[in-house]
Amino acid sequence: MATVAELVWSQAEGGIIVPVISRGFHGRPRPAGHKLPPGQYETRDFPVLSAGPTPRVDLDSWTFTIKTEAGVKHSWTWAQLTALPVEDPVVDLHCVTKWSKFETRWRGVSLDVLLQDIETAADYALVHAYGGYTTNLPLVDLLDGQAWIAYKYDGADLAPQHGGPARLLVPHLYLWKSAKWVRGIDLLVRDVPGFWETAGYNNYGDPWREQRYQGD
Amino acid sequence: MSATPTVEDGYVDGNALAGPLAEIFAVDVTSVVGCCSGCRTSGPLARLRVYGPAPGLVARCPECDQVMLRLVQAETDAWLDLRGTLSLRIPRSQA
Amino acid sequence: MAGTAVPGRLGERLRWRVATLVDQRAETESAHTLVLKVPGWPGHLAGQHVDVRLTAEDGYSTQRSYSIASAPDSELVELTVQRVPDGEVSPYLVDQLAAGDQVELRGPVGGWFVWRPEQSEPVLLVAGGSGIVPLMAMIRVRRAVSGRSPFRLIYSVRAPEDRIYLPELRRGDPGLDTAYLYTRRVPEGWPRLPVRLGTQDLASNGWPAEFEPTVYVCGPTGFVELAADMLVDLGHDAGRIRTERFGPSGG
Repeated sequence: MATVAELVWSQAEGGIIVPVISRGFHGRPRPAGHKLPPGQYETRDFPVLSAGPTPRVDLDSWTFTIKTEAGVKHSWTWAQLTALPVEDPVVDLHCVTKWSKFETRWRGVSLDVLLQDIETAADYALVHAYGGYTTNLPLVDLLDGQAWIAYKYDGADLAPQHGGPARLLVPHLYLWKSAKWVRGIDLLVRDVPGFWETAGYNNYGDPWREQRYQGD
Repeated sequence: MSATPTVEDGYVDGNALAGPLAEIFAVDVTSVVGCCSGCRTSGPLARLRVYGPAPGLVARCPECDQVMLRLVQAETDAWLDLRGTLSLRIPRSQA
Repeated sequence: MAGTAVPGRLGERLRWRVATLVDQRAETESAHTLVLKVPGWPGHLAGQHVDVRLTAEDGYSTQRSYSIASAPDSELVELTVQRVPDGEVSPYLVDQLAAGDQVELRGPVGGWFVWRPEQSEPVLLVAGGSGIVPLMAMIRVRRAVSGRSPFRLIYSVRAPEDRIYLPELRRGDPGLDTAYLYTRRVPEGWPRLPVRLGTQDLASNGWPAEFEPTVYVCGPTGFVELAADMLVDLGHDAGRIRTERFGPSGG
């Protein structure tokens, strides 16, 4: 006779994910509809913020590389990336400069797809972008349907000022973690703070706990 | 890198540093001379290419584009990162 | 020291597994140990932690990280959870979760804050409050392998009744010395007043820096940073001090 665990996993493999309900757990009461994290206001614009000139990368030379802690590289060209299975996530964005934008529509490749066959013992990720920008986050925050390499926004090719040709999208953290012009991710055993994290911003950046600056 | 900044390039010049850095430095920083740790070019901070002010002020070397200065104004502290600057030369008397 | 933890296919190592509560015990009034059965558990190293995910019937889910308290034991994983007042998750785990109930577990996570039995150097463990949990896993793994490397534990708590694992620590282990520090209330007859951890405590109850011990510090962020600074002041190499901070995770 199958154990409960085996039943759940076999259902998942059949394409239906059955969540494991914890009896009697309710969590905090929460309002229906869109919720603003503390200290944020809603915008209908899509502000452009930058730490440097907009890189111009041509698609013939564009690559995305995941490098493990052992130095093993997994690379995709533009043609290879755009041939992978896509998802069309609809997500809310929260920028540390206090604006939030609801229901933004993207198309991209899930990091679960890109990471699935990679052998690693790493717990951290350092994201690199064309132009030199970096940002860091725990590897688990890239998994489980939480992150994409996005190359279309609102039905059109992602514009350079918003990070095109492709950017990282990790909407559960402040938007500075969603590195524009993404070029690669290093998987690391130790955490290495990135561009803003070393300059006073929070190492993790959870908008729901208002982790804007170091020490928050 | 183009010699003439366009709006699209998204930066302004280092005079934009004067206000924010006035909180930190006693002198007007735009006449301070900074030396880039990347290409060793020296020049007044007024010539730097400044991006921001959000999420922070980022000032880059006009020759090699390296980040020379980062300023983040958090709630209780201002964070100033100068790792891309080898040195600052500050004029002593500003009559 | 180089040291990566359990390498493996990412999909395998970091997927969610069903965990069923098979037993629990109260360590103190606010801290309970949950004994979870996790089919397919790949094993773990002392110091590692897991992420625990709870899903409510309406689909809402949230997760928290907890250090593993036990030495590896086939499919059983023990977590010691401290109830945080007004917390969202810990009161549920401590007061409501009953034998037969399920949660989801992911891990083990963590490659830096681990102790491996192959390490032979002296070890200093510095615990603040519930920071004792991953350090107790190290003590238990050492016991399971009959380890000989000398261990010293400095355990800082608010009051005597807050000491988790007290009976086990009292029974002791060969080569393990334990010292307690009380910050709010001391036991009867204690020769000192309540006091915060100081450099002198680390000097008298720790290892001299020349012995080049590996030091593990775990507890609330403020405690950990204070202890780490003091250890460096005492001459310990910063590279041999490993820290794990329990940040304000909201319980």
